[in-house]
Amino acid sequence: MAYNFSNSLVKWIDHRLPVFSYLRHAAYDYPTPKNLNYWWNFGSLAGISLVIMIVSGIALAMSYTPHVDHAFDSVERIMRDVNYGWLIRYIHMNGASFFFIVVYIHIFRGLYFGSYKAPRELLWIIGVFILLLMMATAFMGYVLPWGQMSFWGATVITNLFSAIPIIGESLVNWLWGGFSIDNPTLNRFFVLHYLFPFIIVSIVLLHIIALHRFGSNNPLGIEIKYPNETIPFHPYYTIKDAYGMGIFLILFAGVVFFAPNFFGEPDNYIPSNPLSTPAHIVPEWYFLPFYAILRSIPDKLAGVLSMFSSIFVLFLLPWLDRSPVRSGQFRGVFKIFFWILLIDVISLGYLGGKPATGMYVIFSRLATAYYFAYFLLVLPIINKFDSSELLPNSISAQIAGLEVESSKAFNDSAYKEQSDHIST
Amino acid sequence: MIVRIRSNLITSQLKITIAASASFFILIVVLSTAVKATVSEDIGIPAHSWSHTGPFGRFNKAALRRGFHVFRNVCSTCHGIQRVAYRNLTYLGYSEDEIKSIASEVKVLYNKDGGAGLYERPGLPSDKFTSPFPNEQAARDANGGSLPPDLSLITKARPNGLDYVRAILLGYEPTPSKFHLMSGLNYNAYFPGHQIAMPQPLYGDDVTFEDGTATSLEQEAEDVVTFLAWTAMPEMEERKRMGIITMIFLVIFTLLMYACKRAIWKDLE
Repeated sequence: MAYNFSNSLVKWIDHRLPVFSYLRHAAYDYPTPKNLNYWWNFGSLAGISLVIMIVSGIALAMSYTPHVDHAFDSVERIMRDVNYGWLIRYIHMNGASFFFIVVYIHIFRGLYFGSYKAPRELLWIIGVFILLLMMATAFMGYVLPWGQMSFWGATVITNLFSAIPIIGESLVNWLWGGFSIDNPTLNRFFVLHYLFPFIIVSIVLLHIIALHRFGSNNPLGIEIKYPNETIPFHPYYTIKDAYGMGIFLILFAGVVFFAPNFFGEPDNYIPSNPLSTPAHIVPEWYFLPFYAILRSIPDKLAGVLSMFSSIFVLFLLPWLDRSPVRSGQFRGVFKIFFWILLIDVISLGYLGGKPATGMYVIFSRLATAYYFAYFLLVLPIINKFDSSELLPNSISAQIAGLEVESSKAFNDSAYKEQSDHIST
Repeated sequence: MIVRIRSNLITSQLKITIAASASFFILIVVLSTAVKATVSEDIGIPAHSWSHTGPFGRFNKAALRRGFHVFRNVCSTCHGIQRVAYRNLTYLGYSEDEIKSIASEVKVLYNKDGGAGLYERPGLPSDKFTSPFPNEQAARDANGGSLPPDLSLITKARPNGLDYVRAILLGYEPTPSKFHLMSGLNYNAYFPGHQIAMPQPLYGDDVTFEDGTATSLEQEAEDVVTFLAWTAMPEMEERKRMGIITMIFLVIFTLLMYACKRAIWKDLE
């Protein structure tokens, strides 16, 4: 197991503490399918985003004051008087948006290529936990500048818990640390906002351990058959990820330097005022699809349950999709529903930013209905209607141009093999 | 053969799906816009072309000084810019002595012995701009119950802030005959609801510019909004300059990484 390092100091340490062997195993030799496309770049981009957020966040915390009387002023002091404070804050503020963009693409990649299917169920479930923690962290972070949207967004979202029967009111007071959003709330949100990213880091490590157990899924969704179908992670994927990071950073820097308030709400540059409610309270854009689901249900408790279910349903996904074929590439009917889902979620995001009146409500209900129907109705039965396209025999066969025409019998055996593998 | 037919079928299915989904989305957008148009009247803030916007836009120092002049002589009667310090005026090209004299015109309250007493002293360059009213209640009492907002961040705190603030300054018009205006309020074509507590602040002959620029309502409004853009984002020029250097670096870096990726992957397959 231990690798024979040539540097004697590294060797000495590694013999006693095999961190170098572990790194070599996980980030150097790690055998990766050679046919990954650029959608597979978004996992490492998510990791890079997490690092950017933690580093910029720690720098911000050094100059931030979590107190209702000083929070807004301390943020403005960072923007004006702290050396490069504006840069650090704009990186952190827009970094959150870019982190969510990357993670949402990462999730849709998994949905399309069936990355949640056996034997990667836990890998997927850990990922959903990361998403939930990211959402909690982002929500609390948005409260910290203590602008109008911070205050009223926090009021609306924390009030959702009051819909829970019997204990609701007490629960909300417990969350607030009082009878309204006030200094205790801001203080604890700051503490938790600082804590959660490190919990995310530890869960990301679990995510990676689970990933390395069976290796990355690939666009064909079939298992690695021959050793020559994989390539070592370094240098092939380190360089591909570095190239992807370059593209990511160009887009990120474009927003940070030239349109830093593009994703923000103007109202958050008004200091919070409990006596004046903004005309439209909207959460950050990355919560809008869930906000639309929440508002589409007329009953408060049912709305809250639907909103949380829209994430929780992802936990069940590995067992809701009963098709033995992983990759959406080979599932003609599935593909249709998948693309509608993507448009559906984008529509929900658009609707979540609009006032809950008239046609918006009707469309939100339709879109919400489709969202749940996709997971609870379509995926469990779609297998019966799917055109079960022919799978390539192996990754090498596909690369060599031995397309699906090669042999029907050949393909049937590959298909069966995969079903066997998945059912075990 | 079967496969080919099937894949054609699937491609056409896919096309239909994408077309259907896209039209669904467009339908939502169109209908929503229609609903919006009937529900609320769109005020239509006039767009203005600003010299400092865009990736290469820089603040015009002369405009900033004229804008500061307007702010100091008109706006500051009721509005503060409490997040800006007098020392920040060096950015506008004022000398240290000029800033000292500007700052010394105001009285700053301070506590010199840790006791309850507050004493007055002349302002220093390190002080933040003093606001015209000591507190919110005093401001409301002096303005018929309305609070003149601090203007430090105003251009960032309103949607389309630059055009919005300019439009408000230019939007004072005679009250339309059918419009019911509440007492103490003024008609403004661009303020939401058209009733604004602020009386018309600028008329076009409010100041004399020290650089000889002819005064007009348009000129005063443009200059003061440029000044308020600076108070809201004093980092703008440094940000864009750094941004351009960063972009050049990142583009070269990415091209290099792409070349390396091509080179490393070449021997595969």
